[in-house]
Amino acid sequence: MDLADLTIAEAGARLRSGDLTAVDLLAAVRRRVSMTEAILHAYLTIDADGATAAAVEADAAFSRGEDRGPLHGIPIALKDNMVTRGIETTCSSRILAGYIPPYDATVVERLKTGGAVILGKTNLDEFAMGSSTENSAYGTTRNPWNPDRVPGGSSGGSAAAVAVGSAFGAFGSDTGGSIRQPASLCGVVGMKPTYGLVSRYGLIAFASSLDQIGPIGRTVADTVTLFEAVAGHDPADATSFRGSYPDPRVDLDKGVKGLRIGIVRELSGDGIQPGVAAAFQATVDRLDAAGAAVKEVSLPSTEFALSAYYLIAPAECSANLARFDGVRYGPRVDGDSVEAMMSATRRDGFGPEVTRRILLGTYALSAGYYDAFYGQAQKVRTLVMEDFKKAYAEVDVLVTPTSPTTAFEVGERADDPLAMYLSDICTIPSNLSGDPAVSVPVGLDEDGLPVGFQVLAPALGEAVMFRVAAEVERLSGFDIRPELASSEGAR
Amino acid sequence: MRYEPVIGIETHVELSTASKMFCGCPAGFGGEPNTNVCPVCLGLPGALPVPNERAIQWTVALGIALGCEITQHSVFHRKNYFYADLPKNYQISQFDLPLCVGGHLEVDPGSGARRVGITRVHLEEDTGKSTHLGGGGRIHDAEGALIDFNRSGIPLMEVVSEPDIRTPEEARAYAQELRAIVLALGISDARLEEGSFRFDANVSLRPEGDEALGVKVEVKNMNSMRSLQRALAFEIDRQTALLDDGEPIAQETRHWDEEAGRTQPGRSKEESSDYRYFPEPDLVPLQTNPDVVERIRSGLPELPALRRARYVTLGIEPTAAATLVAGDLANLFDATVAAGGDPRAAANWLTGEVAAHLNRTGAAPADISLDGASLAELIGMVGGGDLSATAAKEVLIGVLAGEGSPREIATTRDLLQVSDESALGPEVDSVLAAHPDEVGRIREGEERLVGFLVGQVMKATGGKADPRLVDRLIRERVGL
Repeated sequence: MDLADLTIAEAGARLRSGDLTAVDLLAAVRRRVSMTEAILHAYLTIDADGATAAAVEADAAFSRGEDRGPLHGIPIALKDNMVTRGIETTCSSRILAGYIPPYDATVVERLKTGGAVILGKTNLDEFAMGSSTENSAYGTTRNPWNPDRVPGGSSGGSAAAVAVGSAFGAFGSDTGGSIRQPASLCGVVGMKPTYGLVSRYGLIAFASSLDQIGPIGRTVADTVTLFEAVAGHDPADATSFRGSYPDPRVDLDKGVKGLRIGIVRELSGDGIQPGVAAAFQATVDRLDAAGAAVKEVSLPSTEFALSAYYLIAPAECSANLARFDGVRYGPRVDGDSVEAMMSATRRDGFGPEVTRRILLGTYALSAGYYDAFYGQAQKVRTLVMEDFKKAYAEVDVLVTPTSPTTAFEVGERADDPLAMYLSDICTIPSNLSGDPAVSVPVGLDEDGLPVGFQVLAPALGEAVMFRVAAEVERLSGFDIRPELASSEGAR
Repeated sequence: MRYEPVIGIETHVELSTASKMFCGCPAGFGGEPNTNVCPVCLGLPGALPVPNERAIQWTVALGIALGCEITQHSVFHRKNYFYADLPKNYQISQFDLPLCVGGHLEVDPGSGARRVGITRVHLEEDTGKSTHLGGGGRIHDAEGALIDFNRSGIPLMEVVSEPDIRTPEEARAYAQELRAIVLALGISDARLEEGSFRFDANVSLRPEGDEALGVKVEVKNMNSMRSLQRALAFEIDRQTALLDDGEPIAQETRHWDEEAGRTQPGRSKEESSDYRYFPEPDLVPLQTNPDVVERIRSGLPELPALRRARYVTLGIEPTAAATLVAGDLANLFDATVAAGGDPRAAANWLTGEVAAHLNRTGAAPADISLDGASLAELIGMVGGGDLSATAAKEVLIGVLAGEGSPREIATTRDLLQVSDESALGPEVDSVLAAHPDEVGRIREGEERLVGFLVGQVMKATGGKADPRLVDRLIRERVGL
C-alpha cells in the first residue's frame, strides 16, 4: 500500500513504532501531489522547504523521545484563507496577490505546536464565497472523481487534496457549508464545529458571525483527531468558547442503539437529486436497523434560511472586506486621490462574485434598508435557532443529505448565482444557529460520484454527532478512492 | 432681533490605559512611527479585536461621575467609512446601546451654576494619523501621505452633551469641568495640545423665546479652551449677522483657524454620511455586572466640585480654588498642604508664580521639578523669616530649574536672611551710633525715620537682614 493512502491513525502508529519516518510520509504525499496536481489543482502554494524542515524536525523530536500528539509528523494542508507567517496567503484573490502575512493564525500555531507538517495552501472560491472553487483568481480545482466536475466549495482544494491523498488531512472554513459541501462532493469527511470552539484568529474573515474553521479527513476518526488538534479557547478571539465540552472521541464506537435521529422534512424531499435521495434513504434505513429511533421532524424556518443567509453573510463581508484598499498591503492601482486609488484597487482586485456580495451587503445595511433586510434576516436567524431547539427537544441528532446534488459540471452554474446558492440549502441552517454538523460519504450515485450524509447536533454536541457519523461510516462501508489517487488513474 | 445660541459639545478623550482598546500594543503617546502596532491595530487580514476591560471600567467611572445610568447591556457596532488612516475602513464604536446614558454636569462660568445634560458616554477606538507631504501640508495639495498607526486603536471615549449650553463662556466652563473630572479620575492625561482631549461643537441660533432649533453648524479644530470660547463667539457673531441680513445658515462643518481668528468652511466635499452601523460580530455584547459598577462607584476619587468646596473650607478664595482644580494644580496643592505648607500661601504660590511658569513653558504640573515637599519648605522659610518675598521668588525659579531644594538654593545663592538677634544687634547698634541726629528726631516723634534706619541696616548687611526683626530691634533701642 502506498504510504499516502494511510489514515492518520495508521500513519501515527507506524511513526511511533519506528516503521517509517515523517520524511517518508512527506515524500509519499509529495509524490501523490506531483501525480495529481496537473489535473486537480488543489494547491495554490506548496511550501516544500518548510514542510521538509518540519518533517525533519518531527523525526528529530521522535528520536529525542518527544511526542507532540496525534498529528506529529503528519502532512496537512490549509485552505488559503488562514494566515501563515512567511507563506503567501491570497484567499484566491488578486487583491492579496503576493501577500506574506507576518503572523500565524491560532490554528496554524496549534498545528505547528502539535508537530504537524504543513505542506501547503489549498485553493478556494475567492474569500470563501462560492460552492464550486470556480471563483478563484488562480484557476479552478477539479473533482478527483471526475475532472469535468467541480469539487464543491469553497474549501474545494482542501477536500480534493484529502480525497486523493495529497494531504492526510486538511482544514477548511465553513460559513454556509464550505467544508461539508466539498467534502460531500469529493467523498471525504468534513466537519463544521460549534461556533466558537475553534479560534478564528488569523482566518481571513468572510462573515464573522458564521465563519468557523473545521477539519476535512479521510475517516471520521481522523476528522476527530484533526478537530481536537485545533479546538479550545483562544484569548485572541473574543467569540471563542471558554467552557468545557464533551470529549468528541469517547463515544465513537458506541453505535446508535437507543439514539433518537430526526429526518428534516424540509430538507429531504423536493429538489434532492434521485441518486442522493436513494443513498440518503439507504443510510437512514441502516441506522434504523442498527437500533436508532428514526422519526421525521420539521424545521419550518429553513424555507427562509437561505434568504437570511444571503443578507447576513454579504452584510458582514461588506465590512470585513473593506480593509482591502491598497493602503497597507496587497497590490495597489494608482489614482488621482486616495479615494480613486482605493476604488481602482478594489475594482481590479475583487472578482465578480465577491463584488456582487459586497454590493449586496452594502445595500442591505444602508439607511432605510437596514430594518427590511439585515434586521429582518436577524429575526429569521432567531427563528432558525428556535426551530432547532424545538427539534432537539425530540431527537439527539438531525440528518439530511449534505448537498442536494452530487458534483455538478465545471461551468454549469457559473452564470447562475441562484442555482449555485441552492447548493448550500442543507448546510446553511447550522451556520445560522452556530451548531456543529459533519458530512460523511455514504456511497456513489449513478454517475459514480460520491454522496454525502450530514449529521447535525445541538451546540457543543460534537460527541453525539461524531458517534452517529462513525456508525454511518461503518454501516455504509464506503472505502473507495477516486481512480486519480492511484498511479493507473493518473495516467 | 435677539438670538439665543444653542450649543452642544462632543468631547473625545483618549484614555491612558497601558494597552490599546482591542489589542495588547502600548497606548502611550509618541514613539517612532508605526512601532506600537500589531496585526489587530493595523487591520491585517485575519486579526480580531479583544476588548480592553480597563477602558470599559474607566468609561463606566466617568459615567458614574457624570451621574449617568450605566446600561446593563451595551453593544459595539461597526461604523463603516473609507479613510486611509482607518485601517479596517470601519471603526469599532458604539451606536444605539452605549455604556452610559443620561447624566449631567454642573458648570459655573462665573455667572452662576448651570446644569448641562450629558446625552451619552461611549467607547470606541482611535484612528491612525496622516501626515501630508508637499504642498501646504493639507490633503488637497499634498504629493503624498504618511500614516502612523501608533495612535490606531487607542481607547477613545466620546462624551456627548445635550444642547444645553448658551454662551461661549459656558462652553469653556463645561469643557474645563469635564477635563477636571477626567483628570481627577486619572483616566486620561487630557492634553489638548497632544489631542488626547479634543472637542467639536454644534452651534445654532434661534430667536429668543422660540422652541424650534435653528440650522446647526459643526465647528471643529479647536485646540485649546481659549480657542473653543473664541470659535464659538465668532460663530455666534457670524450667524447673527447672517440672520440679521436675512441670509440662510448653511448646515456645514467649519474649521476654526486660530491665527485668522475665524471659522472656515471645511474643504472636503459635504455629503450625508451613511455609516451603515451594525453590531460588531467579532465581539459579544457587554453585560455590565452591577457589582463591578458598585465597586467602581465606591472607589471613585474626590471629584472637582467636592474638592473645590473642601479648599474653600481651608480658607482659599473660591476663584483660587477653581483655578487650582481646573489647572491640574490640585494634586500639588494637596501634597504641599500634606507636607505642612500653609494652605493660603500654597494657593497663592500655585495660582501665581507656578501657574505663570506653566503658562510660559507649556509644561504640565506633573512634569515640573517642584513637589509638595519643596513648596511647603519654601512657604515655611518665608513664614519663619529665613527668606524675603523677593528672595523666595528667586528660590522658586531655582527649584523649577531643578537646582535643588529651596534651602540648598537659598544657601548657594546666599539669599538667606539674617534673623538671628545676636548677630544683628551689633549692626543695629553701629547704625544708631552713626545717626544720632535721626535717633533724636525719632524720639521727638518723627517715627517715619525708623524706616530710614532699617534701610541703613539692610544696606550694611548687604540686604540679608530680616527687615521685620531689624525694625523691632531699632524700636526697642530708641525706646518706642
